[in-house]
Amino acid sequence: MKIKKLEKKVLLKNGLVVDFDNRDFIKKDILIIDGKIREIKESINVGDDYKVYDLKGYVISPGFIDVHVHFREPGYENAETLETGSKAALAGGFSHVFCMPNTEPPIDNAEMVKYVYERSESLPINIYPIAAITKGRKGQEITEMAEIAEFGAMAFSDDGSYVQNPLVMRLAMEYSKLVNRPIVDHAEDELLKDNGVMNESEVSTRLGLKGNPAVAEEIAVYRDIALAKFTGAHIHIAHVTTAKAVELIRKAKAEGVKVTAEVTPHHLVLTEDYMIDFDANGKVQPPLRNKKDVEALIEGLKDGTIDIIATDHAPHPIETKETTINEASSGMIGLESAFGLLVTHLVHERKIPLIDILEKITINPMKIFNIPASGIEVGKEANVTIFDSDEWWIFKRENIYSKSYNTPFIGCELLGKVKHVINKNFISIMDNE
Amino acid sequence: MSLSIEHLLGLDGVPKEDIEAILETAFSFREVLERPIKKVPSLQGKTVVNLFFEPSTRTRLSFEIAEKRLSADIINFSASVSSLEKGESLKDTVQNILAMKVDGIVIRHSDPGAAKLLTKFVDAAVINAGDGTHEHPTQALLDMMSIKEKLGTLEDINVAIVGDIKHSRVALSNIFGLKTMGANVFLCGPPTFIPVGVETLGVRVLKDIDEVLEIADVVNVLRIQRERQGRGYIPSLREYRARFGLTKERLDKIKRRLVIMHPGPMNRGVEIDSEVAESEHSIILHQVLNGVAVRMAVLFLLLGGKKE
Repeated sequence: MKIKKLEKKVLLKNGLVVDFDNRDFIKKDILIIDGKIREIKESINVGDDYKVYDLKGYVISPGFIDVHVHFREPGYENAETLETGSKAALAGGFSHVFCMPNTEPPIDNAEMVKYVYERSESLPINIYPIAAITKGRKGQEITEMAEIAEFGAMAFSDDGSYVQNPLVMRLAMEYSKLVNRPIVDHAEDELLKDNGVMNESEVSTRLGLKGNPAVAEEIAVYRDIALAKFTGAHIHIAHVTTAKAVELIRKAKAEGVKVTAEVTPHHLVLTEDYMIDFDANGKVQPPLRNKKDVEALIEGLKDGTIDIIATDHAPHPIETKETTINEASSGMIGLESAFGLLVTHLVHERKIPLIDILEKITINPMKIFNIPASGIEVGKEANVTIFDSDEWWIFKRENIYSKSYNTPFIGCELLGKVKHVINKNFISIMDNE
Repeated sequence: MSLSIEHLLGLDGVPKEDIEAILETAFSFREVLERPIKKVPSLQGKTVVNLFFEPSTRTRLSFEIAEKRLSADIINFSASVSSLEKGESLKDTVQNILAMKVDGIVIRHSDPGAAKLLTKFVDAAVINAGDGTHEHPTQALLDMMSIKEKLGTLEDINVAIVGDIKHSRVALSNIFGLKTMGANVFLCGPPTFIPVGVETLGVRVLKDIDEVLEIADVVNVLRIQRERQGRGYIPSLREYRARFGLTKERLDKIKRRLVIMHPGPMNRGVEIDSEVAESEHSIILHQVLNGVAVRMAVLFLLLGGKKE
C-alpha cells in the first residue's frame, strides 16, 4: 500500500457511485480540486493537467467509518499506534475511526482527548476519540463529560468493562444528555461472566473451558435499555452477540427507547465452534456464540435492529495469543479483513444487498454519532472509499498493516477488495498500482 | 501394535481400536509389574520429559515409575508460575527442551488446551497428564482398565460419575472413553456442578444418588474441592455429604455388588466414607497400580518402543 498526497487536480473516471437515496450504483465521473469535490457528472472530460484515475468496474462509496477500534496509544504501542492503526484502517477502506479509551493512561479527561487529536492530525484518516464513562474506567465516578465533549469526544464508553454499578450507569446516562453524546455500552455483567473465556455451551463443556453465558450479556443489555428508557439518554450497545439481546433491542426500539446497536464482522461470521482447536485468536469479548445467535444477528442487521457494523479492531502482540485460552488476551484485529468478510459472507452467500452493508459502515454511523464526515456531494471534502466488489483475494499476513496480526482469518478467500481511500487530501493505493 | 493417534491429548475422538490396544498392552505390562524384576528395556535410549506446571504427586509419580520401568531416560521439570508468565514460559520452556532432542513430553497444566498447544511447537509425542478442567486421559484409561479387570467388559455396563463434574478433568475423559467403549454413563451431583449441555455427550444426568446406586454397576466418586464451597457452588460440605456422599448407610441398602472407584485424593467423610473406600466394593488401590501399567502402555505405543 502506498499513501501519498492527493494530486491537486483529480478526475475519478468511470466509477459506480453509491446512491443511497435510490439504492443504486450509478456510473459517474467525479472531479476533485484541492481535495474538494467540484463536479459530479455522467461524463467529465479534462485536460492533461489532471490526474485521471480510471475506476471502471469499481464502486465509489463514502469513506467507511468504524465506530469501534483500539489503537492502543498511549500505553500499548507494542500492539498498535495511531499511525499503524491508520494504515490498517486505510487498507480496510476506513477513512474515519473511533478509538476506544482503554489505553494507559485511559482517555478519561479533556487533555487525553486533545492528545489523540494532536497525534492524529497529520495522519491520513480521521481519528475520533471515545472517552471513558468513568474516571480511570473504574466504574465508580463519572468523567467530566461536558469538558471532554467540548474537546471533541464523540461518545462515552468504558469499553472492555461493564459499568457494573447500576447507579453509576444511571448517573452517566443522565449526565450524558447535557452534551448530547451517546453512551456506548460494553454489555456484559461481570459477575455472571465470572471470568468465562468462551461462550458457555456444550462446546465449552466439551473443551473444559470456563463459559461466559449469553445471559451475562442479555441481563446487561436489559438493564441498560431500562435505564435508557428511564433517563431518556441515547445508549449504543457495542458488539451485540446474542439472539435475545437482538430481540431486546428490537423491542426497545419499537417502544421508542433511544437505543442503537452495532455488531462485529467476526460475530457475524464465526461461531463458538472455532474454539474447538484451542486457537486463542478466537478468544474475544463478548465471546463467539452459536449458530442460532449468528442467524439472529443477521436478521437484526436486515431489519435494522442493528444499525452499524464495527470491527472492534483489537490488536495484541503474538506472545499474548500464542498461549492457552485462559492466558490469552481477548480480541482480534478486524480493519483489514472486515469489508472482504462482509461481502463474502453477507452479500455473496446470503444475498444481502451490498448497499445495505454500505449503509451500516457509512451513513448510519455518520447519523448516529453525528460525525462531520462528508458524503459524495459537490462542495464537500473528498472522502471516498473505492473498491472492487467482484474481486476474490486471499487474506494474507502481507495484507495486514496493523502492528499485530491476531486474526483467525489469515488464509481465507474473500470477495470484495478495497483499492483506494481518498481522505484529508491523501490517497491510498493498494496493490502498488 | 500401533496407534492411529500421534499424541494422547484426550479421549475425545480417540477410536475404539486405539483404546483397546492401549488396554491390552497395559494388561501385558501389568504382568511385568508383578514380576520380581519389574523393568523392561522397551524405551531404552528414548528420552521423556515430565513437564509439570501444576503440582501433582500421584500422576507425576505414576508417570515417573512407568518411564523407569520402561528404561527411558527422564527429565523432570516443575514450574509454579502465575498469570502471563505461565503462558510464555510454556512456549519458551518447551522450545528449550525441544532443542535437547526429546522423544516424549508428559504435560500437566492448569489450562485447558495446554497439551494441544504444545503439539504446535514440538515434534515429540505429547501426553496430556491433565489440562485444567479439560481432560486427563490416562486417568480415564486406568479407570477403564480397572473396570475391565473387575467386570470383564466395558460394553453395556452402567457407570455413574458422582460429584463435581464441572471442575473435574477426570469426568470428561471418562465420559468420552466409556461412551466409545459402549458403556452407559450417568452423572450425579448438585446442579451447580453439572456443566451446561453435558447431555449432548450422550450421558444421563440424575439428581438422586440413591436412584443412581440402584442402576449403577460402577460408581466413580470425584473429589469435592473444599474451596468450591466458599464460592457458593455448594452451601456446605454437610449438605453435600447428606445429599451426594457415598456413605456406608447408602451402600448397605444396596443388595447388589457395586464397584467403587475414586481418582484420589479422597475427602473421607465428605464425598466418600472411609468404610466405603476400604470396603470390598472398592478398587481404589487397583486403580493406582493400573495407572502405572496404563502409562507404560501409552508411552510404549506412542514412543514406538520395542517389545521385550
